[in-house]
Amino acid sequence: MKRFLAILLSLTVLCQAVTATGINDSVPERRVNSVDSMQYLENVIVYGRKPYAEVIPAQVLSAKTLEGLNSHSVADAIRYFSGVQLKDYGGVGGIKTVDIRSMGTNHMGVFYDGIQLGNAQNGQIDLGKFSLDNIEEISLYNGQKSDIFQPARDYGSAGTIYLRTRKPKFNDGKRDNINFTMRTGSFDLVNPSLRWEHKLNRSVSFTLNAEYTYASGQYHFRYRKKFSDGTLAWDTTALRRNGDVHAWRAEGAVFGAIPDGKWNAKFYYYDSERGIPGAIVNNVWKNSQRQWDRNFFTQGGWQKKVSEHYEAMVNAKYARDYMHYVNPDTTLMLIDNKFWQDEIYVSSANKFTIVRDWDVNLSIDYKWNHLNSTLVNFSYPTRHTGLAALATAYTLGGFKAQASLLYTMVNDLHESRNAGQTIAHHSQWMHKFTPAAFFSYAPWVQHDLNFRAFYKRIFRMPTFNDLYYTDIGNASLKPEYVDQYNLGFQYQLMPEEGIFAGFKISADAYYNHVTDKIIAVPKGTGQYRWMMMNIGKVKIRGVDVTARTSLRPMRDVRLDLNLNYTYQRAQDYSKPDDYGDGGTYKGQIAYIPWHSGSAVFHASWRDVVELNYSFIYVGERYHTSSNIPANHEQPWYTHDISAHYTFGVGKTRIKVTGEVNNLFNQYYDVIQNYPMPGRNFKIILKFDI
Amino acid sequence: MKRLTYTILAIVALIATSCRNEDIIFIPEEVEVARPEFTSVQGFYVLNEGNRGSNKATLDFYDYTTGVYTRNCYAKANPDVPKEMGDVGNDLGIYGTRLYAVINCSNKIEVMDKNTLKRLGQIEIPNCRFIKFHKGYAYVTSYAGPVILDPEYEQVGYVAKVDTATLEVVDKCLVGFQPDDLEIVEDKIYVANSGGYRFPNYENTISVIDIATFKEVERIPIAINLLSVKSDRHGVLWIISRGNYYDIPSNIYAYDTRKHRIVKKMDIPASACWMDGDSLYVVSTQWSYVTMSNEVSYAIINTETQQLVTRNFITDGTDKLIQIPYGIAVNPITKDIFVTDAKDYISPGRLYCFGKDGVLKWDVRTGDIPGHFVFLGDTKTE
Repeated sequence: MKRFLAILLSLTVLCQAVTATGINDSVPERRVNSVDSMQYLENVIVYGRKPYAEVIPAQVLSAKTLEGLNSHSVADAIRYFSGVQLKDYGGVGGIKTVDIRSMGTNHMGVFYDGIQLGNAQNGQIDLGKFSLDNIEEISLYNGQKSDIFQPARDYGSAGTIYLRTRKPKFNDGKRDNINFTMRTGSFDLVNPSLRWEHKLNRSVSFTLNAEYTYASGQYHFRYRKKFSDGTLAWDTTALRRNGDVHAWRAEGAVFGAIPDGKWNAKFYYYDSERGIPGAIVNNVWKNSQRQWDRNFFTQGGWQKKVSEHYEAMVNAKYARDYMHYVNPDTTLMLIDNKFWQDEIYVSSANKFTIVRDWDVNLSIDYKWNHLNSTLVNFSYPTRHTGLAALATAYTLGGFKAQASLLYTMVNDLHESRNAGQTIAHHSQWMHKFTPAAFFSYAPWVQHDLNFRAFYKRIFRMPTFNDLYYTDIGNASLKPEYVDQYNLGFQYQLMPEEGIFAGFKISADAYYNHVTDKIIAVPKGTGQYRWMMMNIGKVKIRGVDVTARTSLRPMRDVRLDLNLNYTYQRAQDYSKPDDYGDGGTYKGQIAYIPWHSGSAVFHASWRDVVELNYSFIYVGERYHTSSNIPANHEQPWYTHDISAHYTFGVGKTRIKVTGEVNNLFNQYYDVIQNYPMPGRNFKIILKFDI
Repeated sequence: MKRLTYTILAIVALIATSCRNEDIIFIPEEVEVARPEFTSVQGFYVLNEGNRGSNKATLDFYDYTTGVYTRNCYAKANPDVPKEMGDVGNDLGIYGTRLYAVINCSNKIEVMDKNTLKRLGQIEIPNCRFIKFHKGYAYVTSYAGPVILDPEYEQVGYVAKVDTATLEVVDKCLVGFQPDDLEIVEDKIYVANSGGYRFPNYENTISVIDIATFKEVERIPIAINLLSVKSDRHGVLWIISRGNYYDIPSNIYAYDTRKHRIVKKMDIPASACWMDGDSLYVVSTQWSYVTMSNEVSYAIINTETQQLVTRNFITDGTDKLIQIPYGIAVNPITKDIFVTDAKDYISPGRLYCFGKDGVLKWDVRTGDIPGHFVFLGDTKTE
């Protein structure tokens, strides 16, 4: 019976590979691991019922779906999740950051193969820098992954994105997989990548992957305005420049299996140079700022089911990030700053199964961060973070509950400097407890209907920039809190016969309250002088709806339709005095649309021919919480299509993909004065040997 | 199945064509704020700076003859100018029949007809800051002089001499680092050097340029990080030093151009000022690391006696509503005082009009970061 269950589970995992956001959501990794040998069934389309492993499942994009979504980076792909807004400064090299449910980019935790990507300097992860080339799955959790067996750090964000890289899988008798991919198209893109997977023995395999990206980043953009009677006032087209990017990425990983457990170790290296295209304003059509990034990390994990009652997991990581920013524009102030960040992280998670259906987990993490910079009078901050999470999960029939309590201890050390001399050393301590609780209830066994709810209180630490950036930093900042309340349901239907292959709908209503929000406040004499202060308050009321359906209208043909819709009222409650007549009080916060959504339609015939159409809509927004016409930003929406054809030459599988993005050539800004590309093309050739 | 396909197609068609209005040029917003008033001053322009990168430098106009305040006048007068007036307005002046708006981050001075705001041309000066006029020429400060790489990167500022007939830069005179405001007294130009890009090694001098030769003839040490320089009727320059934002506070110094020395140090904070007759009106915003808030003040200095008249010319408590007093102006005829509030620099600001008794007369919403004024009409009082 257990074996049967394992097979069933594996089948349900596999069908993620062919569904857009996963009718069946993720299964805890330990179970996946135990059925690795089954994974060659990848191309079999199966739907199966499975019990929800997590209290609240994630939104998932699988590798197969990602291929169809015409996405270049992780950031592009994440736009298809509901509740997510992307800040995109345009082009291949432009900064792209993600905001879940309007809580702010800094509340977002991004995990790469199970360990969080840190940026103690500004708290933001530029997801535009993460290529999809080696990504197998992206999942998004509101609150936290409601699987208690995880490091303490996984409990520490308001929303969490997990990026999982490709794990080697070998067909019968194969010991090596080689994949070569070449992408080219608009923006002078040249993007080759090579991956080699090798099986050393029954239990150990490794993968090596390298990718190069070059793009000139040049594209035409157009701005125009009309008179109210519709006649043209002005119309201008120009070339977007200084958006070029050169990037190298190399990644390697070793995966091992041990009795009742597994281990892995990996490294990641990314080296890039890019232009910062900047804002397009009157009389300035080109910017010359440049940025160099070098990111390196190495990490490893080990986990084992020691007994029926105890399971252990250990993770560790070292990361070093270098960033160099230059503003060589002779009409502006010369800026030439370098930053070096180091992070050391260790974690131990321990799950105790007290009785069947009752688990308790204790995780202890330690993290060390240091920032070095060439800034004048820089304070060289160091942060020690200790985290302890105690969590419990209980299942009773259709009822599941999980609760966790996270303890965070932070010790910040920094210097005060003047005229290049250290004049004082400072040490600040902080201790915080934050809770979370998740519930789900499936009232009927025969209907796959699930009600769910969660509450989570969490904070984000002020970043090193918030605290210590020369002049604007404010060392007395407190953490920024967010309380999240969520109520929702999910229903799914998976008939084994007939035209309908599956149907799923989910809806969640939520209320988030951000307090002590860290915002820049003008300071003293003159413009561009700011001080970071804990004075912001935002209340977010929203609804996320996702629906998807799969059809099999005839033999070998499959159709999938996936719809996402988000409504958000994210109001600025920071300044009660500033109400009415263009005031910010109760205004919709910057760049958050009331309405947004996406539609993805996918058709395939025998995995040989695939067609994809995707649509993204972002409704009207304002670029500040003063919601007056002068601050209005137009809605934008893009239509992307792609076609894929797969064939074999000898033992080699070749896949040809053609993409057209922004099919109707809409000129739009996501961020004011940062024009986005119009219609663009891409061709992809993939060889699997 | 067919029905579903049609439904899907219908939805797709609907979203494919869903509404996105054309961008319409800004239509000025008119607000009636006061009763009409008839003096030789017809009205005034307010230049809203707009935060950097926002391209939201805008012009507002208050018309005394109608009592109507009009926001965002430029785009209507010049609907064919791509990307409107530009990024970060920094100074405003009228000379002859023309209005000159210094647009800092658009590297230009926009030249318009002072009554219709019709664009007449532009003067290209990178990182231009402040403007003054003298005998057919405009003098403009700029941060963006030649770059010197030995031993370290340095870029001195300059004053550009612009022929107002041709709008061409005819000469340049190098001054100190990052020159800001300038003033013309008896055929000499006095330039406030800030050194703002050289933190923490600020400049501390006024550059003196002889207009006839257009050469720098002197550097007068005053105080660090100079911002503004205004002359009174007695040949005395009133100079604002921004301080270093830490242990050295902002301050006002009086330099007598005839005695060639500093004659007074006021010891009051200052971030902007306006000279009217024998009164210097000063607003200030000073960050206090003790209270972690901005401390503001509204002072008047009698430039004849060189004494402080008041530390708060707002008498009715309206000062509590103002977050960041940013710009100041005084109607030369009625002596009404105008103070702007820049708020958080990214929201619309506000303009407050006080009578000479310091009591609020009216207030109105402006563009972002209202900072600079110029009066239209005959501003001479004698």
